[in-house]
Amino acid sequence: MNRLVVGAGYGLKDWLAQRVTGVVMAVFTLIMFAAALGGAMASREAWQAFMSNGFIRFLSFLFIVSLCWHAWVGVRDIWMDYLNSAALRLFLHVMTLLALVGYAGWAIQIIWRL
Amino acid sequence: MTYTVRKFDAVIVGAGGAGLRAAIQLSEAGYKTAVLTKVFPTRSHTVAAQGGVAASLGNSEEDHWHWHMYDTVKGSDWLGDQDAIEFMCRKANEVVVELEHYGMPFDRLDNGKIYQRPFGGHMSNFGEKPVRRSCAAADRTGHAMLHAMYQRNVKVNTQFFVEWQALDLVRDAEGDVLGVTAMDMETGEIVVFHAKATIFATGGAGRIYYSSTNAFINTGDGVGMAARAGIPLEDMEFWQFHPTGVAGAGVLITEGVRGEGGILRNSDGERFMERYAPNAKDLASRDVVSRAMTTEINEGRGCGPNKDFVLLDITHLPPETIMKRLPGIHEIGIQFAGVDCLKEPLPVVPTCHYQMGGIPTNYLGQVVVPKGGNQSEPVHGFYAAGECACASVHGANRLGTNSLLDLLVFGKSAGETAVNDLRASVKAHKPLAQEAIARTLARVDRLNNQKDGADVHETRLAMQRTMQKHAGVFRFKDMLAEGVKRIDEIAGQVAQTQIKDKSMVFNTARIEALELDNLIEVAKATIVSANARTESRGAHVRDDAIDTPETPDGRDDRNWLKHTLWYREGNRLDYKPVQMKPMSVDTIELKKRAY
Amino acid sequence: MTNANRTVQFKIYRYDPDQDAKPYMQDISVELDSTARKLLDAMGKLKAQDDSISFRRACREGGCGSDAMNINGKNGLACLTAMDSFPAGKPIVLRPLPGLPVIRDLIVDMTQFFKQYNSIKPYLINNDPPPERERLQSPEDREELNGLYECILCACCTTSCPSFWWNPDKFVGPAGLLAAYRYIADTRDQAANERLDNLEDPYRLFRCHTIMNCVDVCPKGLNPTKAIGKIKEMMVRRAI
Repeated sequence: MNRLVVGAGYGLKDWLAQRVTGVVMAVFTLIMFAAALGGAMASREAWQAFMSNGFIRFLSFLFIVSLCWHAWVGVRDIWMDYLNSAALRLFLHVMTLLALVGYAGWAIQIIWRL
Repeated sequence: MTYTVRKFDAVIVGAGGAGLRAAIQLSEAGYKTAVLTKVFPTRSHTVAAQGGVAASLGNSEEDHWHWHMYDTVKGSDWLGDQDAIEFMCRKANEVVVELEHYGMPFDRLDNGKIYQRPFGGHMSNFGEKPVRRSCAAADRTGHAMLHAMYQRNVKVNTQFFVEWQALDLVRDAEGDVLGVTAMDMETGEIVVFHAKATIFATGGAGRIYYSSTNAFINTGDGVGMAARAGIPLEDMEFWQFHPTGVAGAGVLITEGVRGEGGILRNSDGERFMERYAPNAKDLASRDVVSRAMTTEINEGRGCGPNKDFVLLDITHLPPETIMKRLPGIHEIGIQFAGVDCLKEPLPVVPTCHYQMGGIPTNYLGQVVVPKGGNQSEPVHGFYAAGECACASVHGANRLGTNSLLDLLVFGKSAGETAVNDLRASVKAHKPLAQEAIARTLARVDRLNNQKDGADVHETRLAMQRTMQKHAGVFRFKDMLAEGVKRIDEIAGQVAQTQIKDKSMVFNTARIEALELDNLIEVAKATIVSANARTESRGAHVRDDAIDTPETPDGRDDRNWLKHTLWYREGNRLDYKPVQMKPMSVDTIELKKRAY
Repeated sequence: MTNANRTVQFKIYRYDPDQDAKPYMQDISVELDSTARKLLDAMGKLKAQDDSISFRRACREGGCGSDAMNINGKNGLACLTAMDSFPAGKPIVLRPLPGLPVIRDLIVDMTQFFKQYNSIKPYLINNDPPPERERLQSPEDREELNGLYECILCACCTTSCPSFWWNPDKFVGPAGLLAAYRYIADTRDQAANERLDNLEDPYRLFRCHTIMNCVDVCPKGLNPTKAIGKIKEMMVRRAI
């Protein structure tokens, strides 16, 4: 059967999530720049102190989750655009998801260890 | 050459305003209907209508259908049939409101009602002063209307055959119409559409003239097909020259420009219409304005290096008004005249615009022909509406905005009548007339196999130049007689056109050659009818029709208050009386026409 | 402007499946006088010279949308493209609209384009019994439709959109989405919710990545990207 069906019933949330996560990443990047200018990265010690601040930990966690979520929607769209085989697509979707979740956990572990 | 047959309850040829309006009736009634169109529906020429559609809604000031009727009869120079005119003017509100309900984006007044603007020849209280009657969507009324009606057809699931060229009417020995033959342009395949009802809504043939506001596709296909099938053509000598086509380009500038306050000026900067129509001035009827402009140009008061156009000035209007009410005109000025109309006047010249005559119909949309003692006997199974038809509401000159009204009212009534006839008939399809089909096949075969024939482009150009020269705004006895001969010679060449492109796939050369077969019938009908009518009336003005008390402005009611009927066979003419009796009101009595 | 009688070079995409094994670019030149102001005029002269050159044309004033094609790499209408806008001495390159199957020469099969257009229900939905007279609409509400209803369905925008090239069967495309918003924005229409539901799909609406080719090429100066943005905005407002 090769009938085309549309109307998956989602799209807005992903689109919106991409915008919101984009804003989070932009804000985080600005803060990091400001911190760098303010000398927070002058030495390893200063940097460590800055990053272990509770609020910055919260922000960096948000950043990594945002990055992965943002990447998920983007990468999924690429698979959807270029691959026509549903099986292959599903496989790559799952691999992408697993990889991103793995990366997120790993990254958070690294940052929180600081 | 082979063909296949497809059966439908009804077939509509043409998907402009009239065809789409008729299709809505048939689709809503549930009849199996095929709509054939040689271009995608929204590419039909209704799209180019600008200024509005007339209806006496009275949204801005008092108005009445009876006044509208009076204006239309007067505009027609009393050649219009008063029953059909009454029918149209009374139906106007209904069809315009319907269109609004379909979603048409009319401009609005502050109270939320449809915006109306003044237009040429539309007056209140039986010709007293201009009235706002033209319902408009900026200066894109035709576009908005065509799209709204196409969209309505999408809603009611009309079956379109897009890019199919209708070839010939199928008529049997008894004269009944049984459908059409048509060609799928993409494949070159020929199909007979066998139907109980055939509605022609094929538009006009403005391309018989060299300079025309019309699209390339306005080649009078329905009119030509009808003529070849033995149907007479009515009042074909009457062609409207729109006063304001862009000089050199032919592109239309709506009368709505003058409705919004635009003024025509000659090389002295004079508002010359004050001399020709002291009351209505620039908003006099189109034939009157076109003749005034031509006179100005002929007497040396034209503008430009060759003194061959006049100016349409709106620089005195507030720029906001222009950008709100006439945005398309602003665009056209820049694109086709190289003029920003906010700052400079537009160069304009009368340009062939509308075919008042056509396939004779009654107000029900039935095609009627003289038969036995009856002057108007309906042809069984055949209907027509819009510019290709002659109801006759426009008579010798159409009022602006009445064309969109015509296609709505008569598109609908043709559809309704077809629905009623389909409901009443229990009979199966009549057997197809093989000779009619054979005629189509022979015509296409001839074209495909023609050797040492005439070039389509050159022949068409010769026809257009001849018509322009011999049957223009002003007509001259000797020129007309010579024109008849010239067109007859050109018709001989049209019968031997040759194409180099023999491909079966989307062969536009073949389509253009087939269109020329239709154009030439219209040209013949026009020049022969014009040559015979030795009076001046409406758009048909001759040098030898003189102004006397008996014949004011050359109009000779005693001898010529009658419709012309041109028959292709033998190139012969016949006449039938004008219907002077309206449906319910008193006859609008003959009067000298002045604005 | 009036450099009388000049020769202009063209490079035209030619393909007649009846005769040609595959498409090719044809070099052809034509003698033009000052009356050939627009590209379509010049093409008319070309066709008089070689009647097999195939393209669509109708109103020749930018109203019907027939003669959309790819002109020197950019989609546009031949009838609105001025001949003096071309750089002198270089051939004018004409190709069919990209992203749609070619039927012949510059004529493309627009089935997919209209399928997408029809899929957004391009008609007014109002289930109230129709009133005697017109439905009222304030001039301000009517103004919302400006920049939307003027679309001529020429497909210049949709066929310039990479998202449509990738997913012509699933992404509605700028022209269709402009039409969708035309009805969402119409105060007389009652189906705004249903229309938004119809577009709540990862492909149909959200394949628009605001590349804005559509805005760049629209011969009527319309802005589909803006309309798409407004649809998204309405969806957000509805969701929160």
